[in-house]
Amino acid sequence: MTILEVKNLKVLYSNHVAIDNISFKIEDGEYVCLVGENGSGKSTLIKTIVGLLKPEEGSVNLNISLDEISYLSQTNLKELNFPATAKEIIMSGVQKHKKLFYTKKDKEDYLEIIKKLKIEDLQNRRIGDLSGGQKQRVLIARSLIRKPKLLILDEPVSGLDVNITKELYNILNTLNKENKITIIMATHDIDEVEDIKPRIINLATSLKYDGNLEGWKGF
Amino acid sequence: MSEILNLLSYTFMQRAVLCGIAISFSAALIGVILTLKNYSMIGHGLGEVGFAALCLANMLNLPQIAVSIPIVIIAAIIIMVISQKKGESADIIIALVATGALALGVIITSFTSGFGTDSYNYMFGSILAMNQNDVILSIILSILSIGIYIVFYNRLFLVTFDETYAKATGINVALYQFIIALLTALVVVVGMRMMGTMLISSLIVFPAIIAKKFTTSFKGLVILSVITSIICFVIGIFASFFLSMPAGAAIVFVYMILLILSRLFSYRIS
Repeated sequence: MTILEVKNLKVLYSNHVAIDNISFKIEDGEYVCLVGENGSGKSTLIKTIVGLLKPEEGSVNLNISLDEISYLSQTNLKELNFPATAKEIIMSGVQKHKKLFYTKKDKEDYLEIIKKLKIEDLQNRRIGDLSGGQKQRVLIARSLIRKPKLLILDEPVSGLDVNITKELYNILNTLNKENKITIIMATHDIDEVEDIKPRIINLATSLKYDGNLEGWKGF
Repeated sequence: MSEILNLLSYTFMQRAVLCGIAISFSAALIGVILTLKNYSMIGHGLGEVGFAALCLANMLNLPQIAVSIPIVIIAAIIIMVISQKKGESADIIIALVATGALALGVIITSFTSGFGTDSYNYMFGSILAMNQNDVILSIILSILSIGIYIVFYNRLFLVTFDETYAKATGINVALYQFIIALLTALVVVVGMRMMGTMLISSLIVFPAIIAKKFTTSFKGLVILSVITSIICFVIGIFASFFLSMPAGAAIVFVYMILLILSRLFSYRIS
């Protein structure tokens, strides 16, 4: 099933053309890496998909609701220092914030996710006191508590060291393979996701390449 | 203690304490959000807008509250909308609005009574002159603040912590910004009669800044800010009476002492 279709998309960012005439489809269960230099339009494309930016021309058609998408924006993890515990931040991701109180199911989901991400011991610690990798796990947990069908991540390993990067990629791999979550991830770092054999979409304002990893290597 | 009880037997003191506790409560709640969203100076800016509104009401011989509430609400929305949409720093917009409003207030005053007791009371408050309507208004404001906090707690948390994520998950961020602007404006308008337009921002900023040092959680911060705010108010109001100081200034002085003490200790309540 196609869950996302981008058609002839053109997006302006600060009065410049950031994305020009891009078209592609993403199928359910795919693992897609958006690659390209800084300023190539990766973040703009992601923001347009989640509705933060409006297309100038063309369209973004989602065959799932906004409630089924989770978005992890590019965050300066070093500067993330907010007076809230990891638990409060994760729970804030619970779908339909219209609820006055969290349900028993929300709490069960929470316990399952912190176990999966191995962050049980962090739950009552203040987010600012955690390391960069721990903070990112907390933010991923917040994304997962929504039980998304599509997880969109903008440079999730930026600023993290090699070991933590590997750990986070393993987590994403598991989510894609075992939990069947479709993943779209903007990244600079393809070497670390080789095992996953993701689909590569290369941007440089327009679409330069769309295909598998082997083809990308020879591109 | 008997002197405090004796003082509380006077109606003017009962009104002052009731108003002060209710306003301190509301200001601390909204202050948590404003300080975390880097809008710490908005209370000060809106206080000066309130000063201009009071001068205008005085000139036109209209009820102060009826004039100042809409003007301050509009100013709060303008500050928040411009800083969000145009990407200008909130500090710059607040500085422009505040100085512009102060100048306007001074010009209006010069056309009317000149700088007299009224102007002094607008700027530095007159808590002991609170009337029955002020008490009712303060209590309504505190009920409104806690009601909004309880009903929208999860969304206010998300909008404060991560606005981009909130937008991407379909939350109507503009609505919550409006609610925050509305509550801020109401706290400023109701509170400036007590603290004065120059000192009202202290009720908004100090409690959250002091409490932040001692808490790990957002919920803890909210609760401790409210407790801090009420304790400082109560100490300040009685100190002002016994030491013959202006009430608003005395309350701010208590905050300052507590802030300094809070920097000397680093215990966190989990």
